[in-house]
Amino acid sequence: MTDFLHHLWNTALATGLDVAPIVAILAFFQIAVLRRRPPNLRRIVIGAVYVLIGLTLFLVGLEEALFPIGEIMARQLTDPAFLGVAAAEAGWRDYLWVYVFAAAIGFATTVAEPSLLAVALKAHQVSGGTVSVWGLRITVAIGVAFGVALGTYRIVTGTPLYWYIVGGYALLILQTWRAVRVAGDIVPLAYDSGGVTTSTVTVPLVAALGLGLASTIPGRSPAIDGFGLIAFASLFPMISVLGYADLAAWRKRRRAALGKDGAEEGRKPK
Amino acid sequence: MLAGFLSFLRLVLGSLRDLAPILLVIAFFQIVVLQQPFPDLERIAVGVVLVMLGLTLFIQGLEMGLFPIGESMAHAFARKGSLAWLLGFAFCLGFGTTAAEPALIAVAAAAARAMSKSGVLPDDGAAQASYALGLRLTVAVSVGASLVLGVIRILKGWPVHTIIIGGYVIVVILTFLAPPEIIGVAYDSGGVTTSTVTVPLVAALGVGLASSIRGRNPLTDGFGLIAFASMFPMIFVMLYGMIA
Repeated sequence: MTDFLHHLWNTALATGLDVAPIVAILAFFQIAVLRRRPPNLRRIVIGAVYVLIGLTLFLVGLEEALFPIGEIMARQLTDPAFLGVAAAEAGWRDYLWVYVFAAAIGFATTVAEPSLLAVALKAHQVSGGTVSVWGLRITVAIGVAFGVALGTYRIVTGTPLYWYIVGGYALLILQTWRAVRVAGDIVPLAYDSGGVTTSTVTVPLVAALGLGLASTIPGRSPAIDGFGLIAFASLFPMISVLGYADLAAWRKRRRAALGKDGAEEGRKPK
Repeated sequence: MLAGFLSFLRLVLGSLRDLAPILLVIAFFQIVVLQQPFPDLERIAVGVVLVMLGLTLFIQGLEMGLFPIGESMAHAFARKGSLAWLLGFAFCLGFGTTAAEPALIAVAAAAARAMSKSGVLPDDGAAQASYALGLRLTVAVSVGASLVLGVIRILKGWPVHTIIIGGYVIVVILTFLAPPEIIGVAYDSGGVTTSTVTVPLVAALGVGLASSIRGRNPLTDGFGLIAFASMFPMIFVMLYGMIA
């Protein structure tokens, strides 16, 4: 118990140092440059205390729960007893449950992400209804699920990270090129949907999963192979959203074309 | 008092809803697929409660204090008309919010541990702490720089995608020059920065700026800043890996 309190106190001190720069910056600009007293000063100070306490509890909880969960899942899913083959002989197909787990975590956390809902509502508005709210949420979630699963496949096989990332960005650039002409408004939203998927809870858990896999699978180094899952989780939603926007625009055009044909056909017999 | 408690309870339930999908997926895999005993269950349960409470208080505190003040300042600077102060504020905003980003604190610590496990760093706490701090400061500086470029872009009206494509070409070139152990961390740091603290304040700056200049679209210009903020860290962290 005293150990725990000691840990809590140390984390609180470190957190104070982390939050200090932003408080100093805001205070400096408020006092020295804008030269006005902010309204609700008391509320702002209480808010800053909440931020400090909240961040401390979150970081302690992260060490006690999120990191261990990611590591335990990685260890148990790659355990030779669970795989049914010796670790040294296991091929990439033996790790099927690792990919399923990665995809499930990616999908579940993304569909429930509140900031994604906000972006989806805006996208619906901007696109004039061609992009539906649920369509976008599911598209982003599929992108994240595929990205994280592919990322774990990469760790299992030990192929270089940059093949996937460079390939992914090449595809993204081609899609951007196309989308700028077809549906230009969607491009910034698609880029943004990559950013909103990586929430504060998901990032540590996914990072721990990657590091855990890289340290339990024989022949992998945590430093070289353990990272990259978060990059996958933010790259693939952009690709899937641009793909979805392209598909939605194509369907709208086709419906418009069919509707016109239908109307002409309807007129003919008369 | 009761009303305050009830609204806090509602916020805790909101955090629980965010955590629920993760807990469900893990419970499903533990019970149905793995069927193995879960070690340290009580400790982890306590940790999950701490994460939930911490996230609730953190977001509540941001909404009470930092967000309103940050947003009003972003609007004030966007309207003030002094370019030097605007760019200075943009840099400081990016730097300050990224330095306090919880996801980045977590990933930097994990990166330092992985580096010392792989023998890249000496295995002592001080070396790990200084590596993690260096990484965080690098990412914070890069987000600050990305906002400066983003603000200039909004003022000049350059299209987002040309800068993004140019940036990714630089990322690809640096990938072949940087030491292999930094590449994964560098790519990941791009996704980490656009998290809880940074996004709302940066979006406020972009929207405030775009709505005070005639002929700018608040939607596209506000989003462009976030896209830069997730691209620059990749470039800067790879450069950091080449120098360090």
